[in-house]
Amino acid sequence: MIKKQSEGWGTRVGLVLAMAGNAVGLGNFLRFPVQAIQNGGGAFIIPYLVCFLLMGLPLLMIEWTIGRYGGEKGNHSAPFMMDRMGKKRIWKYIGVFGIFSNIGIAAYYCFIESWTLAYIFHSVIGSFTGMTQTEVVAMFNSFVSLGETTLIPLEALLFFLICLTINVYILSKGLSGGVEKVAKIAVPLLILFGLFLAIKSVTLKAGSEGANFDGILGLNFLWTPTFDTISNPKVWLNAAGQVFFTLSVGMGSIQCYASYVKKKDDIALNSMSAGWMNEFVEVVIGAAIIIPLAVGYFGIDGVQQLAELGGLSIGFKTLPFLFNQWGSFLATISGIFWFGLLFFAGITSSLAMGMPVMSFLKDEFNWSRKKSAWTFGAIILVLGLPTVFFYNFGVFDEYDYWTGTFSLFLFAMLETILFAWVFKAENGWKEYTHGADFKIPKVYKYIIKYITPVLLIIVFVASTIKPINNDWKGEFNNLINGNGWSLDNTSVIKQALNIGLREQLENTTDPVLREELEQKILYTDGAKILLLLTFIGVVYLVRIASNKRKREGRYKNEH
Amino acid sequence: MNTDALILMLSSISIITCITGYFFYKVLTTKKKSEPDSYSEND
Repeated sequence: MIKKQSEGWGTRVGLVLAMAGNAVGLGNFLRFPVQAIQNGGGAFIIPYLVCFLLMGLPLLMIEWTIGRYGGEKGNHSAPFMMDRMGKKRIWKYIGVFGIFSNIGIAAYYCFIESWTLAYIFHSVIGSFTGMTQTEVVAMFNSFVSLGETTLIPLEALLFFLICLTINVYILSKGLSGGVEKVAKIAVPLLILFGLFLAIKSVTLKAGSEGANFDGILGLNFLWTPTFDTISNPKVWLNAAGQVFFTLSVGMGSIQCYASYVKKKDDIALNSMSAGWMNEFVEVVIGAAIIIPLAVGYFGIDGVQQLAELGGLSIGFKTLPFLFNQWGSFLATISGIFWFGLLFFAGITSSLAMGMPVMSFLKDEFNWSRKKSAWTFGAIILVLGLPTVFFYNFGVFDEYDYWTGTFSLFLFAMLETILFAWVFKAENGWKEYTHGADFKIPKVYKYIIKYITPVLLIIVFVASTIKPINNDWKGEFNNLINGNGWSLDNTSVIKQALNIGLREQLENTTDPVLREELEQKILYTDGAKILLLLTFIGVVYLVRIASNKRKREGRYKNEH
Repeated sequence: MNTDALILMLSSISIITCITGYFFYKVLTTKKKSEPDSYSEND
């Protein structure tokens, strides 16, 4: 009789869909198209695909391998997976990022996810019917400011709580009983919804349904290549960043999911399938919705202005108004499909953020699945509430910067160095190809060893010394001419010291604006302290867990 | 659409769709190993 795992995947398709669902997020539909039009249009796909092949796919291979290798000895969270890969005990503290990032990201990601839920509700009850563009924008602003958008008081808070409860409930059902079941429904549905909206957007005709231009003009705008942008380092860094975010690497969630795969089972074909599925959703479907639709109504100039405000703005402040132009029935259906696909994309990702935290608590402290899930929910509630209450004071963006950008780059860079040079790429390659149902070109062993670590170091360093206005060419010239290097306000040091806001405060005399900026500085500094305390808390828990392992003699069995 | 955009779009979409389809087809059709595997339904 075979001993049953306490947690495991029900089916192989379920595992691949859950991994793909983890990768497919709101960014596939909202971030990628905006990045593309801001970085050379169709030419962006070239650095994007190069980064995907040289950085994205190797990172997937590394993370799946670390996961399955760690899972062999019952380690399902990053700290002790990392610990198993090198002799020095310090590695487990690198793995702290694999828990911390998930907590920090889930705290604000659940809030955006809850917007999609709320907007499905509003699409169903017809809140957007007859609204002008300005009214749709005002409704969003009121919603995130906890104003009264409908009859429900504190609506954003209510939907955040509902969304968090749904996440925790599914997590408490475990991998095969919760996460996998949701992925099997959510991923096919989001592809279906996406295809419907993509076809509708691209086939939009000027003069019909209130459109001023053909939707195809938007595709033309998005895909027309500006080849001279390829020589710009900014475009390559943005492409690398997009690949990074879209695959959900550097978080610890892929490792956690893969840790429930047995050693003899394939991870090569599974990882390729999940990774490319994400690309399909991003490049084929994601690129064909918001830009063609927005260009159809606002033209290219209008969309360029909208793109400056970001994909979230187009998705929530513009699309509900545009759907309205299609008549009440289609507007309702399209609203449900659009926010439904965003919700499915969001929830499959947020569930993946919960699992590493739960696995850590279960593995190290023998907690039950339910207890771990509800504890995760409680942590996210405490950390998430500041993003709900102080969204307009920059707390949300602060979380996003430190956990959703900085930590990911740092963790991915360190885990790749650990994998390629401490664990050794040769051993890693043997692990990755063990039980493979697909022959991966051997050149990837060398890419993992030499190219991916260098690329990740460049990406990480670039994020820390990002030049003012992201103008790499200009700043390199300044440096060569002896004029120094001016950092952007979003570079790590300036972000840590809140320089951007402080400069704005110094240059402002308007008392109302000064008060607003002072509040922003207070809340963003508060957010930093909260995140730092969370990080220290995770380090402390890992330390306790490590001592517990020593007492129980568990280390001896692992190395 | 202009020719450059069309070529770039169609080639990107077809390459990505074909590779995705190929891998997913392989996931669906690769025979299960005879030994017990990770998936609890087979236990």
